[in-house]
Parts: sequence; structure tokens; C-alpha cells
Amino acid sequence: MYKLLLCLRYLRTRYIALASIISVMLGVATMIVVNSVMAGFTHEMRDRIHGFLADVVVESKSMNGMQDADAQLDIVRDAAGEFIAAMTPTVEVPGMIGVVDAVTGERFQMQVQLIGIDPNGKAEVGPLRDYLGNFQPDKHGKILKSPTDPVTFELTPEAMAYRRQMKSHALRSLNYDTNITPPAPVFDEPGDAAVPVPAPEFDTPETTIASDDGLPDFINAPMERQTNTDPAAPAAALLFLGEQITSYQWVDPDTGERQIENMVTAGDDVFITTVRGSTPPEPSSFNATVVDTFRSGMSEYDSSLVLMNIEELQKVRGMEGAITTIQIRLKDYNNAEEVVRRLRAAFPPGLVSVNTWESKQMLLLSAVEVETAILNVLLFMIIAVAGFGILAIFFMIVVEKTRDIGILKALGASSNGIMSIFLSYGIGLGIVGSAAGVGIGLLFVKYINQIETGLSWLTGRKVFDKDIYYFDAIPTMISPMMVMWVAMGAIGIAVLASVLPARRASRLHPVRALRYE
Amino acid sequence: MTAPLISAQAIEKSYTKGEHKIPVLRGAGMTAQRGEFISVVGQSGSGKSTLLHVMGLLDSPDIGEVLLEGKRIDNLSQAARDQLRNHVFGFIFQFYHLLPELTLLENVMMPLMIRHSFFSYFTKRKEVRDQAMELLTQVGLEHRVKHRPSELSGGEMQRGAIARALIGKPEILLADEPTGNLDASTGSEIMETLKRLNSENQLTIVMVTHDEAIANQAHRIVRLAEGRIATIRHQEPVFPETDAVRIAAK
Repeated sequence: MYKLLLCLRYLRTRYIALASIISVMLGVATMIVVNSVMAGFTHEMRDRIHGFLADVVVESKSMNGMQDADAQLDIVRDAAGEFIAAMTPTVEVPGMIGVVDAVTGERFQMQVQLIGIDPNGKAEVGPLRDYLGNFQPDKHGKILKSPTDPVTFELTPEAMAYRRQMKSHALRSLNYDTNITPPAPVFDEPGDAAVPVPAPEFDTPETTIASDDGLPDFINAPMERQTNTDPAAPAAALLFLGEQITSYQWVDPDTGERQIENMVTAGDDVFITTVRGSTPPEPSSFNATVVDTFRSGMSEYDSSLVLMNIEELQKVRGMEGAITTIQIRLKDYNNAEEVVRRLRAAFPPGLVSVNTWESKQMLLLSAVEVETAILNVLLFMIIAVAGFGILAIFFMIVVEKTRDIGILKALGASSNGIMSIFLSYGIGLGIVGSAAGVGIGLLFVKYINQIETGLSWLTGRKVFDKDIYYFDAIPTMISPMMVMWVAMGAIGIAVLASVLPARRASRLHPVRALRYE
Repeated sequence: MTAPLISAQAIEKSYTKGEHKIPVLRGAGMTAQRGEFISVVGQSGSGKSTLLHVMGLLDSPDIGEVLLEGKRIDNLSQAARDQLRNHVFGFIFQFYHLLPELTLLENVMMPLMIRHSFFSYFTKRKEVRDQAMELLTQVGLEHRVKHRPSELSGGEMQRGAIARALIGKPEILLADEPTGNLDASTGSEIMETLKRLNSENQLTIVMVTHDEAIANQAHRIVRLAEGRIATIRHQEPVFPETDAVRIAAK
């Protein structure tokens, strides 16, 4: 009983102990904040990578792909059908995109990865719908497509209207050129020389058009009636463009604000070049209409991927029915290893590579993991430093309390009793420090964006640049296990640091302690 | 005849200071009967405090024995000695030695808090509290129970220390210069309290002092010099002289 009473009383009256509480608290709070932000970043990044990659990806090792998409899908279905929620075949080939900036007239050529997709199939294996601009509110807060609409390569009425307007502008400027009334020719007035010209006399043989005159048939065939095509009709190739491909950022020199300028909007035509599936490969170029832009949040994808309707891509490559990739979404991602194993066995060796999205992006993901681990080790050092602070302060307190320890022993307190006073004092400091640290850490994480705004205002420069990190807000994720481990670790260190001073206190000789003045 | 309540026999004790061994007690011994009030006098360094500490099991002798009712207690285990200090002995010190973080009441209750485990203390806390209040009333401090030691005068602190020494219902009160730090009138108040306890409650008291006037108020005066018993003087034959003192080998 006296142990608890004294321990609490020491906690309340020794203000120097506050110093060690604060160091424990700061260490704990820092660890929680850093871990939450790192976990948030990792989680967001994994989400975005995962979003475009699907759970399991079967890739042909040749760019020309595998013939007969349906047969390949059947192989997959036979091998691991029970685990698969959805799958879609795609064609992935390198390509070039040519864009004309409407304002400057400048011509841009950029290297991209062309992915031929079936929009509905792709939307089933990944969150494509969440990435497409038409499903998101635009800057006026207007959403063009409701979340229940199917994902298609159809122009929205708005885009169609825009396209019509652009085309009619172009037509009008054409007409402007041709409508100029040519100046009336000036002829000399017929004068004296105007002698009536005798009508020429032609030797006109009687000729009849016969089918056996050696001319090709179509010349004689009746003209087919030309259908009146809509000049505003979209091209056969339709695209979803990665948002960053055709946009660029610039800083307004007057306001200092970062502006994003888009060179291409839905309804515009761009120029695509890819390779045909022949040997040797030849370039194949065509016009394509942009239907929509997407933003996955992974800069790597948004600046290099162009989604296109798969039938048209197969056609222009001269490879109807051939696919390069099968994207698979699993019912339960825990089965991924099993599915990969089965699929590797199902396909002829050397033809395809089968990977989970994680192993495809292993380098990036493991780099982030290593970074987190190192940060944790470094931050735990902070708490260890706090531990040494506790050690030093405790030795001081034991020296200060030497006389009291002597009194307690004279009154019959055992060595273990004295030791447990100081041990529980250490635990108390650890608990108070980590509780305060957990509180501050969680509050910091909760209001991290407000704090960021405040800091930016205070320092006059952006602490967290949304454009650089590509997040709207600082992502955070609090894992209760992590918080618990950090708190336990801090308490553990506080206890460890108090063991030595507590032992010293318990071994004090009562008479010598009492003589101590 | 019954064994004396406590007796220290042929105690030798030395401290090492650096490489030197400094003998403090060289064969001193003394015995106290139940209900006796003994004062131990001697010059500084004569070993009187050390003798008291050895008798109270705060220190252990190098040679010699401490007997409680005829049973040897100085060689018991640490835990048993802790128990004896708590149950049998009450201590009063020159510098009062109250715990500065606790109130007077908590200081007085401390020996019982140490004696009982958390739960048994919890069940008895009312009883302990009443007991402490009663003792504090006896020493005239009932109005200062919530005060910290730093807010009390020397005499009040010493009276508080006496209350603390008594709460465990000890058989022997060991007082180490209880008046050494007090002015004459306060000191005599303390002495009155001690004498009253001795006469009314038959409490055995061994008191170390260097003040002859104080020492003279005891039944018996044991004079120490250079670690040995020099003389023993009886003030008044309150107790029949049996074998009260045994002087160890010279």
C-alpha cells in the first residue's frame, strides 16, 4: 500500500520527472504520427498501383501476344476458375501520341503505352470507373455520368456537342476560303477583229460504249450512292487518356499559383502511332478521338497510359483476336499465390509470365517497406534516449530520497518493497508519458491537414505540395496494433531504465541512508 | 527468572573507511527489562547510536548477539528482521525523519501500511486511520493531521514521530537523541511524553542522548566510552537489580 501511495506522491511532487515524461511523450507522439503518415502513403500508393494492375496478371512474353483470346481465357478458367471473380483480356503495346496544342499550334509527340481494353471488362477487374473524369465532379461540381452508368467508349453528349462545334468551326473556315467570290474576269471588248469563228467540224465516229472494250467493269457500273457521313462523327479508335499525358503545369508569375493546362479535351482528335504485328514490325498511324481522361493517382500511370478500344487496336495492328495480357480479379486475394502457381503450370512454359500485382511492383513496395522500417528504428532511438533521461533522473531522485529510503527500512519496509516503489514509479512515468504521447499523436494525425495549413501559412511556403505528392490531403492510416506496440515499447523502456536506480535504492543500507544528510 | 526483553551481548562493530577499519563498538553490551527506561550516554563517536542501531536490527554486529526474550534475532533472515523492526521496535530519530511528501496522518499510518498488504490494508483502513488519529490526539496534534512535515515545528514533528513509532504497538522504543535538535522547553515536553508512555503503558524505552539533564530522567544510565560500557548508574531502584547488565569481556 505504502508503495502505491509513495509512488503516486513522488509522481505528483517531483517536477523533474516531468522532463522524462515529456521526452517519452514526444517520442511516442512522433512515432505514431510518422507511422500513420507512412502507412497512409503506402496504403494509398498500393491502392493506386493495385487499381491499375488487377490482382493477377498473365502477360505474353511476345508483343504479338497470344492468338485466340477465348481459348486463353478458357485455360485460365479451367486452371483456377473457382478463385476468379472477373477477368478481361487486354492488348498492351508501346505507341506514340501526337497532339496539337490548340492555342500555340505546337505539335507534341509523346511516348505512351497503349492498352486495348474492353471498358466493361476492365471496369470489373479494377476501379476504372473511379478514375475516369466523366464519373467525377468537374471543377463546376458537375458529374457527367452517374456511378451506375456502364463504362463505354461513347462520347458524352457534352463532348459530342463540343466536337460538333469544333468541326463546324473548321468547316466554316474552309467555307470562308471557298466562298470568296472570284473577281469578274475582264475581257477585251470584241473589236474589229471580231470575225465570226466558224464552228469547228469534228470527225465524230459513231462509237458505242461496250463492255468488251477492255476497260474495267467499275467504270461502267452505276455510281453507288455515297452516304452522307457526319463530319463530326468520332474516329474508329477511341481513347481514355492518362490525365498527365496532355496536360502541363505552369506557375502563374503574377499570382504564384500553379495552373494545370490541358491541351486536349474529350471530343478532340489525336494522332496515334503504334506498331503492326508483322515481322519486321512496321508503324501504323491513325486518328483517334479522346473520349475521356483518367486519373489513377499514380503519376507513372497517368503520364504514360492510353486506354483504347481493344477491337480497333487489334484491327490496326493487323492482329484480330490476339491479346497480350489477361487481367484477373480474385474473389479473395489471399489465394493469389495458389492462383499464380496453377496458372504457371497451365500455360506452356516460356510463353507467358504470371505475376501478382505486388510482385510486379515489388521493387517500389519493398523500398517503401525498408524505408518505414529504418524510420521506425531511428524513431525508437528517440524513445531510447528518453529512457536514458529517465535513468539519469531516477538516479538523482534515489540520491535525493536516500534518507526516506532509510526511514522506510527502519519502519520495516523490505528491500523488494523499496524496489517496487521505484519500479512502479518508472511504470507510472512510462504510462503517463505514453498516454500523453498517444493522445497528442492521434490528435496530430487527426488534424494533420489543418496543422499543415497552419505551418504553410506560418512559414510562407507549402509544407505539403499537393501537386508534387499527387494527394489532395496528407493520407494517414492509424493502426491500433502499431499504437499499442509503440506505447508498450515506451513503457517497457521506462521500466528498463528504472530497474538500475530501483535496485540501487533497494540495496541502500538503512543506517548509512539515515546518516545521509 | 524470565529472560530480559532485549539484550545485546558483547557487540563488536567496525566500519571501514577507505582502507582503514574503524572499530566503533568493542564488546559493549546492555540489557533492558520490560518496562525499563534506559538512557545511553557517551561522547560523540563512543558508539552509542551504533549500539542502538544494532539492537534495533538496523545494523548487524560483527561479533556478538542480540537476544529478544532470550532468542537470538540478529542472525535471522532479512525478511524476518524487517518484520521484527515493524512489529517489535519503534524508532525515534534526532531529525524526526518524517517523509516530506506525506501528510502527518499518512506518516503516522506508514508502519501499518508497510505491515499490511494492499488488500488487508484496504479492509482495515478505517481502523488504522482511527488509531492514528487517536495517537495524534494523545500527542496533541489532532489539529495538524493534514499538514506536511515542512509546515510543522520541530517539537510537533518529533511528537508526530513518536506517534508513528507507537502505532505499530511496539514492545521497545528506540530513541536516538530525541531532544537533540529541540530547545530546552520543547525537549522537556518530549521527555514528559516519553516518561508518561513509560509509566502508563509500561513501554520499554532505550534512549541515546548526550545531554546529562535529559539522561538523568531515566531509570538507568549506561555510559559508553570508546565502544565499551564505562559505568551504569541507577537513578532509583524502580526495578530490583537482577542481572540487568552484563558487561562483556573487557
